[in-house]
Amino acid sequence: MWTFIHKLGSPPWFFGFSGTLVRWLLPVTVTLLLVGAVWGLLVAPPDFRQGNSYRIIYIHVPAAVVALAGYYVMAFAGAVSLIWRIKMADVTMRAAAPVGAVLTAIALVTGAIWGKPTWGAWWVWDARITSMLILLFLYLGVVALFEAYENKTAAARACAVLSLVGMVNIPIIYKSVDWWYSLHQPASIKFTGESAIDSSMLYPLLLMILAFYCLFALTLLLNMRAELLWNHRDSGWLKQLVGDI
Amino acid sequence: MPSDQPLLSLRVVFLRQFLRHGRSIMTSPADVANPLLFFFMVITLFPLGLGPDPTTLAALSPGILWVVALLASLMVSAKLFASDFEDGSLEQLALAPYPLAVTALAEISAQWLATGFLLALLSPLFGVMLGLPDEGLLTLSVSLLLGTVCLTLIGALGSALTVSIRRGGLLLSLLIIPLNVPVLIFGTTAVREAVLGGNPESWLALLGGLALGSLVVAPLAIGAALRVSLDS
Amino acid sequence: MLLEVTQVAIERGDRRLLSDVDLSVSGGEIWQLVGANGVGKTSLLRGLAGVARLGVTGEIRYAGAFLYLGHASALKSSLSPVDNLRWHPASDVTASVGQICEALAAVNLAGYEYRPVGSLSAGQQRRVALARLLLSDAPLWLLDEPFTALDVAGCEWLEGCVRRHVNAGGATVFTSHQPSRFGPLQQDLDLGRYAV
Repeated sequence: MWTFIHKLGSPPWFFGFSGTLVRWLLPVTVTLLLVGAVWGLLVAPPDFRQGNSYRIIYIHVPAAVVALAGYYVMAFAGAVSLIWRIKMADVTMRAAAPVGAVLTAIALVTGAIWGKPTWGAWWVWDARITSMLILLFLYLGVVALFEAYENKTAAARACAVLSLVGMVNIPIIYKSVDWWYSLHQPASIKFTGESAIDSSMLYPLLLMILAFYCLFALTLLLNMRAELLWNHRDSGWLKQLVGDI
Repeated sequence: MPSDQPLLSLRVVFLRQFLRHGRSIMTSPADVANPLLFFFMVITLFPLGLGPDPTTLAALSPGILWVVALLASLMVSAKLFASDFEDGSLEQLALAPYPLAVTALAEISAQWLATGFLLALLSPLFGVMLGLPDEGLLTLSVSLLLGTVCLTLIGALGSALTVSIRRGGLLLSLLIIPLNVPVLIFGTTAVREAVLGGNPESWLALLGGLALGSLVVAPLAIGAALRVSLDS
Repeated sequence: MLLEVTQVAIERGDRRLLSDVDLSVSGGEIWQLVGANGVGKTSLLRGLAGVARLGVTGEIRYAGAFLYLGHASALKSSLSPVDNLRWHPASDVTASVGQICEALAAVNLAGYEYRPVGSLSAGQQRRVALARLLLSDAPLWLLDEPFTALDVAGCEWLEGCVRRHVNAGGATVFTSHQPSRFGPLQQDLDLGRYAV
């Protein structure tokens, strides 16, 4: 176990390992996405109240769920980087931030598109959407802070501190926004709050969530590999690798 | 740094740093007055923008007062550690055999007394100007007293993270506004509850919890962030 | 041995500035770090002092206390020299007002004790910062560009001050663009040799 973790810290080893992982993950992700999308968009029954417009949850909910999980991945990598000073953790954190930000943006845009037929407005200050917006700001803060530092090692540490504080804060933010929303508007239509979602709709949703987790892992790995290529553009092992190809 | 002399207790170190920073603040009264003046002026803008109707203003006043307090705290925190970083004091603090968290907290406390505390004391005055009902005035003051502790600490973290960056001002807002969301929600809700005759105590308790929590967590993060700024 | 440096390397971001720096400083020695602009003199001194820790690898051992004076003066411009010198967190200096006034007189600033530091000239501010040397009893001094902004008399005073310190068994490591101020007394550490 420890040797495995130790190996993970070595860029050349990780580059090879992640290459294998990507080769496996790519077909799995594409299959899951295709099956989930066809099942959710074509096979699952329409909602009796919202008709077909509800189907956007097959994109919106997975994106929202994975975006939040992505922040925890980033913060965890930040903690590892601060405590054990492993460079690969820096790379993970740096790679996770833009992926998470894009997922959050997808969740926001699909939420807005869903809002139009549901509430008749593109933007409603619903608890979930508001929380997503704040999550987007948190992500953008990490990305912007990283870009602002010239010394990238220092940048990674600063981002680690920020994302850890953000991680502590996220449950408080989500809870406070929930309270704020329930105080101001009695919940008439909730986004996904109904626990009585029919299993014929639920299974494709779970499948799509799984697919998005795979998608996140895949893009994270690809992003990390790109980051590694750039960081080690002058190092011997990479030149050798390129030479071999 | 190794030293043969006996170390001072952390309490003494805190006190000295507090007094030193406090004296430095006191020598420029403009730095104390500016955030309050800013608060006052922005409050004036709202009746001009929204119209003088007392009921509208009264209904919006908890939110207005709190949002403006948050903006004032942004303004203050932008330069909290700037002079320490530029004049090299931060280097010396980092070399001291005491945790940076303690000395930073001392400066933050002095800063809070000069801005957040004063703002909380004066806030009922501004509340009256916006037509906030009398029942809400005390709660406004107490909520700001607790809330500005959080705002100042979170602002200090933002300042510590961005102090080595040129043009870090806008970045600072991006970093700390999302973190301030719970403070804003608890604070405004407490005042609104008080006006509506509900019980603001539970919301004030939540704010107090946040203040205690950030007093524990923030100095550690600020110490780490200041080290990063010195390293960059 | 006051300072023992073995195999120290300095990195900034992805770039390595210096590697395999070895240095041992004993009482009675003066070391000047020399090298072209950007070679890493200040970075090395900050690394040795422990101001910056990120990217500093290798072993740095101190036998006792040291006093580090950076390029920036660490003075609050709104406070007077006396207030500034009264509390120096890094070296636990808690000098009395009498001692501080003596030190200020020694750096030729008698009469300026209670004026805000911000109203003094750059050279005078540097003198206030250097007055810390007289208030500290640390055997090792690490000085980053101590001669900047000083006039001829100021430079001579600082030279004498360092000589006295070294004669009393102390040691000094400093950076400067001026060559060999201390003649045969000083040793040079040419950082160009360690540059990557």
